[in-house]
Amino acid sequence: MKRTRVVVAMSGGVDSSVAAARLVEQGYEVIGIHMRLWSSEEEREGNGCCSIGAAEDCRRICEILGIPFYVVNYRDTFVDKVVRYFEEEYLAGRTPNPCIMCNRTMKYDALLRQARALDATYLATGHYARVVRDPDSGKFHLLEAHDRAKDQSYVLYHLDQEQLAHTLFPIGEFASKAEVRAFAAAHGLPVAHKPDSQEICFVPKQGYRAFLHAQLGERIQPGEIVDTAGHTVGTHRGIVDYTVGQRKGIGVSIDGEPAYVVDLDAQHHRVIVGDRQSVLTTGVETGPVHWIDRSRVAEPLRVRCRVRYHAPWVVGTVSLRSDESAFVSFDTPAQSVTPGQAIVFYDGEQVLGGGTIVRRQAAA
Amino acid sequence: MIYLDYAATAPLRPQAQKALEELLAEPLGNPSSLHRAGQRARNLLNRSRLEVAEAFSVAPDEVIFTSGGTESIDLALKGVTLAASGQPCHIVTTASEHHAVLETARFLEGRGVSVTYLPVDREGRLSPQQLQEALRPETVLVSVQWVNNETGTVQPIAELGEVAHAAGALFHTDAVQAVGHFPIDLSRTPIDLLSFSAHKFGGPKGVGALLKKRQVRLVPTLNGGKQERRQRAGTENVAGIVATAKALQAALQTSAEETERVAQLREVLCRILEQQSVGFRVNGSADTLPHILNLTFFGINAESLLIALDLAGIAASAGAACSAGAIEPSHVLRAMGMPKEEINASIRVSLGYATTRSEIKRAAYQMVASIQQLKESKSTSVEIDA
Repeated sequence: MKRTRVVVAMSGGVDSSVAAARLVEQGYEVIGIHMRLWSSEEEREGNGCCSIGAAEDCRRICEILGIPFYVVNYRDTFVDKVVRYFEEEYLAGRTPNPCIMCNRTMKYDALLRQARALDATYLATGHYARVVRDPDSGKFHLLEAHDRAKDQSYVLYHLDQEQLAHTLFPIGEFASKAEVRAFAAAHGLPVAHKPDSQEICFVPKQGYRAFLHAQLGERIQPGEIVDTAGHTVGTHRGIVDYTVGQRKGIGVSIDGEPAYVVDLDAQHHRVIVGDRQSVLTTGVETGPVHWIDRSRVAEPLRVRCRVRYHAPWVVGTVSLRSDESAFVSFDTPAQSVTPGQAIVFYDGEQVLGGGTIVRRQAAA
Repeated sequence: MIYLDYAATAPLRPQAQKALEELLAEPLGNPSSLHRAGQRARNLLNRSRLEVAEAFSVAPDEVIFTSGGTESIDLALKGVTLAASGQPCHIVTTASEHHAVLETARFLEGRGVSVTYLPVDREGRLSPQQLQEALRPETVLVSVQWVNNETGTVQPIAELGEVAHAAGALFHTDAVQAVGHFPIDLSRTPIDLLSFSAHKFGGPKGVGALLKKRQVRLVPTLNGGKQERRQRAGTENVAGIVATAKALQAALQTSAEETERVAQLREVLCRILEQQSVGFRVNGSADTLPHILNLTFFGINAESLLIALDLAGIAASAGAACSAGAIEPSHVLRAMGMPKEEINASIRVSLGYATTRSEIKRAAYQMVASIQQLKESKSTSVEIDA
């Protein structure tokens, strides 16, 4: 009997390596693919996730597993779709999530298409999440991983039925990361003790601000730091250096109290600061909301939300608008709500959908 | 596996393998040593040098053994430039050369040498007139690839050499894809320097040579011992060199029949693709060497096709690979004026001495099937709202 073919997106890390090993064990015909996304000085040092070292780690794992392995070149698409987006969002005064954009445009678009073209039924990744099929409706549902501390369902909220139907998350079934590492060690995979990857794969050690200044140069303009009443209280080297909710590194205080970034005005190159109270958020406007299973959506919709990756839960009510956008009002004011980030709605452990935060409603 | 990537590397010929096995098993000395073990090595080296020299109709002292094509090219370009140092220096080459030439030229450019990269036409050819116009009084070297590694396009080497010589410039050719495929008589060809690599014609990897006419002055780029008449220091790879000479002899003995046979195989492959109505085009010139076949499959992603073929047991390639092994868009096809979509839809199939008719037929039908599969998945592919 012909085995079901699966393409595994491999990063060279322990999670995707174990995902591949697990699928081999389960009897799938597994093909390892490493996406080459970025090249910079960093890769010569063998750090970032697209380094030669990472590709060679994948190659070694695949040799051990006895499965074919390929490196595919998505560099131009990645720069186009992810790096440019990352830069433009910062220039516009928003705080982007490049991992979500990478999942949307690279893994679950470009790579999924390629996997399907290679006659694979599924694309598997090392994400901490689960997919289940509702036996009654036949719809696919996205669930949190068993290891809640590692859960990555937030960065996958945009998946649709078609994509979920062709997606496997073998790692989401493990009880904990420790079990994933133990599995790797038990199967002789030499990545069992590899440290977890850094936050943004294409941003070098010096941090994202240095990266943005190097990439964007004079497109970043200095400007004023003003308080909520419009008084100038300082200057800055560019709004890209700031994130709404930020306290550290602003260099100004308000009435002797630390100042927080409450807004970024891209048009006038202004950073607006306020007191602790003014960063509290009572609700947000979103862009178009993506629903994983529209039939699960009934109003008024009570949800628990994440306003950024692994932010504390916020409970709220979603009101849909005719243009697919939504207003979410929180039961209690939330901290660290930042335009540009995604807000993802959950019903229990199930992801209902989400959208990008466009505007926040301040408590004051 | 059906191996169709001879232009990347050819399998070791039995004659070369036999020589290697025998010599690696014996305690072969250093050719520079006084004792008999060293003398035996020296004799083996001398004999191989003579065999290689005779194959090209040059004198034995005009053969410099190296570690391969890249080192030969490096020695030719840097060696000539260094020998001319103190004067303004100009090199002419083409935009479709192998990276070994292009990157060495760029290295020299960064050190005060001026370099002209001439464009090639749609077939990948450089015309003697174009070369003529690029030459200057300070042009010390013209370097043109004899046969292109991606398309098989053959340059009018003799005419280009004449033009270079008429202007007082030396002429080097990267003959890595030419050597072993047809006889080359350097006593009657206006070539001063010729680079080749053994593993492309069934010799071992890690061996090559720079053939250099006696009157050409080179400054060595590897310094140390007095090997290779002080032009390339380092203990000679005797076993590899002996195997290289054997592989070269074997290749040249049958090159005429092989060219004819491989041309027929190429026809078989193209005919099957035509009969099965696969939308494709053959890239390169009319007199392309038959063993390299560069194909554009319209609307197909070459990377996916190569993976699908490999999964089906067929090894082919495309363009150049990056350090991680991913495919980079071909600069050769770009130099030929090909649009990006077509470059990304192009693969290289290269045949050789061990390729059989039945292999080619199977490969052709598998290509048809894989292309069909890629096209079908495309029409039913997943669409998402970005």
